[in-house]
Amino acid sequence: MGYYTSIQDWIAFPDPLANPYYPFGDAYNLPYDISLKLWNIVGGAIAWLIDLLFPGNAVSEWLVCDMTANFFALVIFMLIVFMVVFIAVLVVLWEERKVLGRAMDRRGTMVGMMGFLQCVADGFKTFMKDNIYSKRVDGMTYWWTLSLIIGTSVLIACMVPLSDRWFVVDYECGLLIVMGLFALAPFFILVSGWSQNNKYSLIGGLRAAEMMISYEIPMLIIIATVALQAGTLNINGIVEAQYGTLPYFIPQAVGFVTFFICAIAESERAPFDLAEAESELVEGWQTEYAGMKWGLIMLADYLRGFCACGMIVILFLGGWNLPGVHLTEWESWLPVPELTFLLKGFLVFFIMVIIRCATPRVRTDTILNLGWKVFLPLAILNLVIVVTYKAGGIF
Amino acid sequence: MMADGSGKEGAGAEPTRAQVDAEQEFDRAIVEGKFDSVDMRKVLDAEGGVMDMDKMWITMGPQHPFSHGLWTLIIQADGEIVTDAIPIVGYLHRGWEKETENRTYPKIIPMADRLCYAASMTYTHLYCMTVEKALDLEIPEKAKYIRIVADEINRLQSHLMWLAAVGTDMGNFTIFLWASREREFWMDMNIRLCGARMTTNYPRIGGVRNDTPDIFDRDIIRCTEHFEKMIWEIIGLIDNSSIYQSRMVGTGIITREQCANLGITGPAARGTGVDFDARRDDPYDNYDKVGFEVPVLTAGDSYARYVVRMEEMLQSCIIIKDAMQKIQALGKNSPYRLKAPSRVPAGRHFGRIEDCRGEAMMYLVSDGTDKPYRLKVRSPIFINVSASKPLVQGCRIADIPVIMAMIDMCLGETDR
Amino acid sequence: MGMEIREYSDSWEREVSDALSGRFGAAVEIAGSEVRRLFTKASRDNIHDVCRFLHDELNFEHCAIVMGVDMVDYMQVVYVIENYTNFRGLLVEITVDIQNDDLHIPTVSDIWGGANWHERETWELFGIVFDGHTNLKRLLTPDTYEFFPFRKSYKLRGQE
Repeated sequence: MGYYTSIQDWIAFPDPLANPYYPFGDAYNLPYDISLKLWNIVGGAIAWLIDLLFPGNAVSEWLVCDMTANFFALVIFMLIVFMVVFIAVLVVLWEERKVLGRAMDRRGTMVGMMGFLQCVADGFKTFMKDNIYSKRVDGMTYWWTLSLIIGTSVLIACMVPLSDRWFVVDYECGLLIVMGLFALAPFFILVSGWSQNNKYSLIGGLRAAEMMISYEIPMLIIIATVALQAGTLNINGIVEAQYGTLPYFIPQAVGFVTFFICAIAESERAPFDLAEAESELVEGWQTEYAGMKWGLIMLADYLRGFCACGMIVILFLGGWNLPGVHLTEWESWLPVPELTFLLKGFLVFFIMVIIRCATPRVRTDTILNLGWKVFLPLAILNLVIVVTYKAGGIF
Repeated sequence: MMADGSGKEGAGAEPTRAQVDAEQEFDRAIVEGKFDSVDMRKVLDAEGGVMDMDKMWITMGPQHPFSHGLWTLIIQADGEIVTDAIPIVGYLHRGWEKETENRTYPKIIPMADRLCYAASMTYTHLYCMTVEKALDLEIPEKAKYIRIVADEINRLQSHLMWLAAVGTDMGNFTIFLWASREREFWMDMNIRLCGARMTTNYPRIGGVRNDTPDIFDRDIIRCTEHFEKMIWEIIGLIDNSSIYQSRMVGTGIITREQCANLGITGPAARGTGVDFDARRDDPYDNYDKVGFEVPVLTAGDSYARYVVRMEEMLQSCIIIKDAMQKIQALGKNSPYRLKAPSRVPAGRHFGRIEDCRGEAMMYLVSDGTDKPYRLKVRSPIFINVSASKPLVQGCRIADIPVIMAMIDMCLGETDR
Repeated sequence: MGMEIREYSDSWEREVSDALSGRFGAAVEIAGSEVRRLFTKASRDNIHDVCRFLHDELNFEHCAIVMGVDMVDYMQVVYVIENYTNFRGLLVEITVDIQNDDLHIPTVSDIWGGANWHERETWELFGIVFDGHTNLKRLLTPDTYEFFPFRKSYKLRGQE
């Protein structure tokens, strides 16, 4: 317990790795570092003020001790991680509207900042809406599935690492966790559609389940293939392996295309938005969700779309690295790898939007045929190719 | 096959109101938990131990994204497959035919505009033609050609609106906006010709209201040439995409005999092999003096109907160019309107026209006064929609919007 | 079915009217004809046979209009039947008079499926009952209507 004389003693910007409660092991975590320093400024200033009034009190010291600093840093950490994802999703939303608009020979959104503020305005609009729900829904499943759909979507979006220093968890099987959470939503959609006491919702939910069954399998096979080629399920490891050799969309071109289409289907974007086919099923499984509930579902949709783009970037496009340039060696305060990751994600999303412009919604039988008769063989073909690489010792 | 074509028949297929009420009451009791498990067991035993869950009635409409206008299609779905369908119309019934019995002949012209919002001029044209026939009036050549041009502008406008609707029904908004963009040019042509976009009030008994302005002569040719270029953009987007093809090819199939028997007319019938177009086979207003071809396909599915309509749009451009040449050859000073007497001699007359949606007829019974005694409108969609059961039976729920879009619903004329 | 498509010739109206007179004699009165139009009058007893004859023998595949006309003293049902093939574009109009105290007429919806809704419409607007129709229910007007709004006895505002 030192003796504090000036404010600089309170705001000392400690090294996060030196904190005994540091939750990320020996990996450096940028958002945690930022939040620890932020807390150090805020908490240190408060502690300094209190110490000026009551010298030598215990509260000041409690505010800057390692445990408290870690706790508040984690709170700020969560906010920072979520805010970055949230803003990225708003950008994705804006990108979709703007690109769609241009492709359809119109202007797209026009409210403030080249239309970016339209997302905010829409958010306020849905927030102001009345909370309408039918008396005859099955209350428990109706509300819980909604919360779970939104919750899991936010969770996976936050779980996508933006770089090797911007992550939430860094498990050895991190990829499986993200994909597992990603595959949860269709169950909730099925139950939610069932609970709403509405035939359109029921059909929408069943379609979501139908699609999930036909798309999960090729998708997981491709993920396993990527893991096989990289030799690890750790996201960091996969990105590093691609930096060492080639981005995997070149050796696994078949898998890349298949995974891309499966990812569109998985995030239920057009042309695979069967579950909410608005021309025949009104709004599909979302029919009975009005106002802010619907707004949150839309947000969750885009979170999942962003997450799908993130997975494509990680698995096939070399993650936050550019070929030949090792971005993590840049000055530590420059967010270059994070921005590279986000820009790659936006590029992938751009292609998704172009696909949405050009295609109508596919039918259920088409989608099942595609899933089982085209994508599953393609995924297995991809696996065979990678096994050949491995056996031939090319990668 | 003959009689089961349409509507609510099919004995026992549709539950009565009382049965539906009783069933709902029962359902509500189950939901509210009024039965304990023993009661439920008894209920299930009485129903043979299983709940009847194989078929589901779904009410689509009257306010549903697929119904362009107010109408209802009640479908019976077995999973995703549609097994039965009951169309219900009448939400927009205004008693148009009765209303006309209370108005003098010229006053009915703006009312005829309101029959169909997408192609208002064809019905006004039809009405004027019917009354002219009753008056035994031979209208000037120029008026006939102007009417042809106006009709074809309306046909293009209506078909483009149909194309836009097809886009949204398939879940693609690009088609919607591109088709709307092209439609806007034809709307401008309407404005050039008569000053209004939709309800034009342009044909008159004995001719048309005004001559074509100079600017129109120039612009219509430009517009036609522009359109003939731009339509290929849309055709490329649809025909080069296997997803569009898979949505349309092989859905909504009926045979030619069924189609004729059920009274389906217009592009829907020409896509089914009925080789008939009133413009060619019962020519009115100098349609026999302009050159055009009638596209007929025998496939009988949604894609054939789509191709027929697209081809019709291109043929309309040819007709417009041809007719504009004839108008210009007639010179600026040739008459375009005759004075028509206000009283129509007693008798019965009917006019027939090839509307954008099918065969439209008006049957006029006049009693020698200045008001019609009875004016019947034969609306093509009214009969086309009555055939929706054989059209959608056996397809998937996702196909219904596409199949019904190929009929091109317009509720103003259906319910009259 | 399977008739050849023919181009129009002036003799078509005569051919059809001869065929009708040859089969039904004086029971079907030929009221007149124009280019591609033939106006006939039939009676309630033989209308179904006439329609059946037109459909089966002369291949008139399309029933364009079934409509009612309230002539105050009596009612009329007008059929407009159309051909797509061997008399392409030819319309036959059949007018049938029925008495106000016995508004019954046999249905033709078993011959042409397209006549189904026309007959329902005529029933609900004029109260003419089509015997043998499978589903004579109100179509355009609400189910609660107990009157027939297109009859002349139903006055609009401004009609004397």
